[in-house]
Amino acid sequence: MSTPILTIDNVVKHFDITGGFLDQIRFKNGKFKLEKTTVKAVNNVSLSINQGETLSVVGESGCGKSTLARVVMGLYAPNSGQILYSGKRIDNLSHKEMLPFRKKMQMIFQDPYASLNPRKTVQRTLEEPLRFHNPKMSSKKIYDKIEEIMEQVGVDPAWAKRFPHEFSGGQRQRISIARGLILDPELIVADEPVSALDVSIQAQILNLLMETGKKRRLTYLFITHDLSVVQHISTNVAVMYLGNLCELADSGTLFENPRHPYTKALLSAIPKIGETSEKHIKLKGEVPTPIHLPSGCVFHDRCVHANERCVNQIPELLTLDNGTCVACHAVEENRVIS
Amino acid sequence: MSHLLELHDLEVKFALRTGDIIAIDGVDLTLDKGETLGLVGESGAGKSVTGFSIINLISKPGYISKGKIIFDGEVISSFSDEKMREIRGNKISMIFQDPMMTLNPVFTIGTQMIETLLAHKNISKSEATKIALEKLQKVQIPSPETRLDQYPHELSGGMRQRIIIAIALLTDPQIIIADEPTTALDVTIQAEIMDLLQELCETDHMSLILITHDLAVVSQVTEEIAVMYAGKIIESGATNEVISNPRHPYTKGLINSIPGSIKPGEKLQQIPGMMPTLSKIPPGCAFNPRCLEKIGICETNIPEPKKTDVGTMASCHLI
Ligand SMILES: Nc1ncnc2c1ncn2[C@@H]1O[C@H](COP(=O)(O)OP(=O)(O)OP(=O)(O)O)[C@@H](O)[C@H]1O
Ligand SMILES: Nc1ncnc2c1ncn2[C@@H]1O[C@H](COP(=O)(O)OP(=O)(O)OP(=O)(O)O)[C@@H](O)[C@H]1O
Ligand code: SF4
Ligand SMILES: [Mg+2]
Ligand SMILES: [Mg+2]
Repeated sequence: MSTPILTIDNVVKHFDITGGFLDQIRFKNGKFKLEKTTVKAVNNVSLSINQGETLSVVGESGCGKSTLARVVMGLYAPNSGQILYSGKRIDNLSHKEMLPFRKKMQMIFQDPYASLNPRKTVQRTLEEPLRFHNPKMSSKKIYDKIEEIMEQVGVDPAWAKRFPHEFSGGQRQRISIARGLILDPELIVADEPVSALDVSIQAQILNLLMETGKKRRLTYLFITHDLSVVQHISTNVAVMYLGNLCELADSGTLFENPRHPYTKALLSAIPKIGETSEKHIKLKGEVPTPIHLPSGCVFHDRCVHANERCVNQIPELLTLDNGTCVACHAVEENRVIS
Repeated sequence: MSHLLELHDLEVKFALRTGDIIAIDGVDLTLDKGETLGLVGESGAGKSVTGFSIINLISKPGYISKGKIIFDGEVISSFSDEKMREIRGNKISMIFQDPMMTLNPVFTIGTQMIETLLAHKNISKSEATKIALEKLQKVQIPSPETRLDQYPHELSGGMRQRIIIAIALLTDPQIIIADEPTTALDVTIQAEIMDLLQELCETDHMSLILITHDLAVVSQVTEEIAVMYAGKIIESGATNEVISNPRHPYTKGLINSIPGSIKPGEKLQQIPGMMPTLSKIPPGCAFNPRCLEKIGICETNIPEPKKTDVGTMASCHLI
């Protein structure tokens, strides 16, 4: 098997959100103690993507999807674990050593309003990264390239001199995609790229991503909470809950035969057009905060299959016969009917 | 037979410095007791403004410029502010798109619920507390007593939305208008909130207007549907009929652009272009520049609503 283009190896990312000294003081068992408050955003997550594939990461708000994406892009350093690009470790590189990888990896953000600089014309937004990474490129070549990319994403090149506020949400997202594509990247990390858009515009953008993906053999790490989008575009799907990976499978298998109790609940809650709502699986309680992670399986206090072992022991990710990876004691013990 | 709520040829304008713009353009709607109606369409179609106009809460510089709204036999669109207060938040409650329009961050949940009750009902404070608790139980809030002393920011998004529904229920309204009640919430919580709203309509014979851009949600929750585009209702009827046999090209396009209606990986059907801004509505059918099926007349004549072969109503020259 060839080396995956991206490997996320046992990544942990915690945020220290302790305030000043006074905020750290706790009174416990008759003693004062200093205590830090950490958000355990991503905990021991391992994933990999082969070239040309689309891996989607799904899960509910706050489960650590964006944090994972930012660790991959080098915007956050992981507390432990590593990120490999075509087998080469990149999470510990200096700014300069990272430059060639910055060109190969591009990120598209959720908010097409916030991610474009309002003071820059489309032309400047697209021109600057090109000049930065290709100092020897002639102006003629640069402008040709900008025109080509604008056409590719369906924004009239005649509008290159306009500012972001003159475009609609869908057009702005096309421009951010153009910015993502202009350096001919290999890997695109897209964090909720269509979530802010209406369905008719969403379809335009998804088609654009799928088409360019095929044409250029792009690899996508796709972050979203919209499961119908995931089902439509993914090769593989990773389901996260409270910073932990609970299931990983190829897209078809995951949607046909979800194994983890959380994945089952999540999939049963997707509203489907034209189907009357069947009884979806109700979860007990509420999502705990990633500051105080539950013991054992992080899902145990919401899970109907939870037992003693679930409360005490963290389930390992195990690979089932059909290739699905799942971290659940009940699945291992055959207590969940698939 | 008369309906519980009727909108007749409703027109809402915004008086802007650059001239008036028409945000709601001749909307007709009816709602019966116990009925659930979904109002869908893309951002800017006029869904919220329609909801606001029913309770006479259109933000300045907007006003009802034509048509009327009849509730329980009375023309409420010409009610004075004072008379409208007996209706708004009492007989008709609205759940706003922005939760902070309902919840005041500086007061506890209890204070807010009790004040709402005392404003509408001639009851004692302890009676009000009792009703507040009862409604919190109804929306299945765990440990309701402790919630009364909590502030909005101490609650999760899903819990906050349940509280907002409980507040809307306080006065036992006949109609609830829910504007995107679950858009900011996760799917598992969305499913629970939708179940709850549906249950309330069934058990209490309450009527519901559900405003959302999510066709899948509407198709699961409501009996009737109205699809809006650029201030007009362009297709309406029984939800399952409109969803399985859409007749307006815009509705067809909307349904087909949802991933899940075709095989994974295949090209999604997309509607070209985008909805026009209100100041630049094209002549003829407002949808014509984006329409894949248009004919000559579409560019010049505004289509009237017509009955379709499946018994729904659609405003399209092809019908
Ligand atoms: N810079 C930061 N400092 C402190 N905490 C953070 C930071 N970034 C994220 N978090 C916390 O880490 C957790 C995971 O956040 P993250 O943004 O990765 O979630 P997400 O899955 O992307 O959620 P959403 O679907 O809402 O975007 C959350 O509890 C969040 O509050
Ligand atoms: N106070 C206002 N002044 C001027 N125009 C307004 C005002 N409020 C709403 N509008 C316009 O009226 C139109 C309809 O707005 P409305 O809020 O009803 O849309 P919507 O269908 O609810 O959209 P969304 O899905 O984004 O909530 C929009 O074009 C909007 O810009
Ligand atoms: S490990 Fe236990 S608690 Fe966790 S999902 Fe499986 S059964 Fe539920
Ligand atoms: Mg995120
Ligand atoms: Mg609205």
